[in-house]
Amino acid sequence: MNFNFKHEWIETNIGLMAVLTMLAISVGGLVEIAPLFFIDKTIEKVEGVRPYTPLEQRGRDIYQREGCYLCHSQMIRPFRDEKLRYGHYSLAAESQYDHPFQWGSKRTGPDLARVGGKYSNEWQVQHLVAPRSMVPESVMPNYPWLLATKLDISDTADRMKALRKVGVPYSLTQEEYKANVVKFGETVAPLLHIPDAQKNLLEQAMGTMVDFSKYDDDAFVNDR
Amino acid sequence: MSEQKLQSQTVQTTGHAWDGDLQEYNNPLPVWWVYTFYATFVFAIVYWTIYPSWPFGKGWIGGLSDVTYVNSAGETKTHSWNTRALYLEDMNKAAIEQKPYFDKVNAMSYEQISRDPEATAFILSSGKALFADNCAACHQSGGQGVVGFFPNLTDDDWLYGGSYETINQTLLHGRRGYMPGFGDVLTGVQIDQLANYVASLSGLQHNAALAKAGDVLFHNETAACYYCHGVDAKGRKEIGAPNLTDGIWLWAGVNATPSSEGKVAAIRTVINNGLAKGVMPAWAGRLSPEQIKVLTVYVHDLGGGV
Repeated sequence: MNFNFKHEWIETNIGLMAVLTMLAISVGGLVEIAPLFFIDKTIEKVEGVRPYTPLEQRGRDIYQREGCYLCHSQMIRPFRDEKLRYGHYSLAAESQYDHPFQWGSKRTGPDLARVGGKYSNEWQVQHLVAPRSMVPESVMPNYPWLLATKLDISDTADRMKALRKVGVPYSLTQEEYKANVVKFGETVAPLLHIPDAQKNLLEQAMGTMVDFSKYDDDAFVNDR
Repeated sequence: MSEQKLQSQTVQTTGHAWDGDLQEYNNPLPVWWVYTFYATFVFAIVYWTIYPSWPFGKGWIGGLSDVTYVNSAGETKTHSWNTRALYLEDMNKAAIEQKPYFDKVNAMSYEQISRDPEATAFILSSGKALFADNCAACHQSGGQGVVGFFPNLTDDDWLYGGSYETINQTLLHGRRGYMPGFGDVLTGVQIDQLANYVASLSGLQHNAALAKAGDVLFHNETAACYYCHGVDAKGRKEIGAPNLTDGIWLWAGVNATPSSEGKVAAIRTVINNGLAKGVMPAWAGRLSPEQIKVLTVYVHDLGGGV
C-alpha cells in the first residue's frame, strides 16, 4: 500500500485500532440490517397474519426443542418448482411475529410452511410416531415420546409474556387487549390475551393465514 | 523457502523497528492476485448497475435489468429485476406451454379423455407428479395405501365410489369416516355375536351359533348395523360404509393375524371401539380445478370402477 500511511501509526495507537476494528467488522451488519429500518416495503401489507395462539406457540416450542428446523425449512422460495410442490411463496409478513424465525435453506425434509391441512391429523400423528410406516423411504427419526409425554401447560402465560417483551403483541392489560381487537378483530384478540392463556390453549389455526386468492402476485413484485 | 534462498534475495522490510532491531519482512502479494482483487471491485460495480443493490431513501436502487411478465389481469408488466417478478415470468411461460393440454382436458368428458391417447399421456405424466406431491404421503407412491390407515386405490373396492364423479367429489371436498363404538351400548356377548356374524359374511372361520344371533342384532334396531352397512352388508357408498362381504379389510387388522380367533377379535375391536379415522383432506383451494380433474382421471386409472 502506497497511501502514505503506515501500519505503525495504527499499531501503536490501540484506541484508534479498536475504533477502526469496530468499523471494519460492523460494515457487513450495517449495510444489511440498517436499511431494513428505513425501507417501508420490507413487510408486505396483507391481512390475516397474527401472533400464534397459545396452543400454536406451544407446538412451535416443541418444534424448536426437537430440532425440527435442522431438517425442515419454513420458507417457500419464489420459484416455480417450489410453488408447485409447497404452495405460494412465503411472505416476510407471515414471519413477522416469529421469534426466532424458522426460514433456513437446509432441507433434508420438505418445507413445512404450508403443510397445515394438507394431510389428516391421523397421518401427522402416525408419521411423527413412526415416519417410515407412512413414507417408507423417509430418513426422519421416530418421535414416539411426543405421544406419551403430557404437555405441561402451567407456564404458558409466562412464555407469552417473554414473547411480549420482544415485541409480539400479546395483550396483558385491557388497553392492549382493545388495541388487539382493532388490529386483529374480535375473534382473534381474545386468543392473544395472556390472562386467558390456559383457557385458549385449545384454539388452533390450520394452514396459511394469508388468503392468497385475495391478492395479486403483482403487488408482491412491487414489494421487492 | 530455504534459509539459503532467503538470504540470496533482498526482501523488503515494513520499515519500522521495535526494540532497536526487531523488523518485519514485507512480502507484497503476487501481482496476479492484486489485479484479481481489483477486478472484483469492477465486477461489484457492474453487478450493482445490473441488479438491485444499494438502499436508497425508503427503497433501493433497482438496477438496469428488468423482467417482463403477464399479471393475472392479463396486463404485460415490466419491473426491475427481482425473484418475484422472475417467478411470475417463469409461471407464465410454463402456463402458456401447458395451456393447450389443460384446455383440451378441460373441454373433454372423463370418458373422452380415457379414449384419447394424447390426453391420457398428459394425464399420466402430470398426474404422476401431482399424485407424488399431494397424495403419496398417505396413499403411498403406487396408490396401494396403508392397511389400518389409508385405502388402497389400486383395487376394485371403493368406500365412497370409484366412478369419475365420486372420485372428483372426494378430491374436491374431502371425506370424513366415522363409525360409532358399540362398547357402551351392547353387552360383551352381543359384540361377540356381531363379530362372528361379520366374520361369516366374508367366509372367515366363525362360531355358527354366535353368528346366527349376530345376524339378528345386525338387522334389528339393537345394533342397527344395516342402517349404514346395508341389509346385504355390502356397504353404502353415500356415507362411505364399507362392504363387509368382500374380504377386504382396511380398518380391522384381520389380515395381520393368521388365527381365526384373532381375525374375529380384530373385528370385535372395531365394533367395540368404533372408528374416528379415515379423514381425507379437501383439495379444493389447495389445487386448481384443472389439477383436480387431472388427478381424478389419474386415480381412476389406478383402479377406478363404479
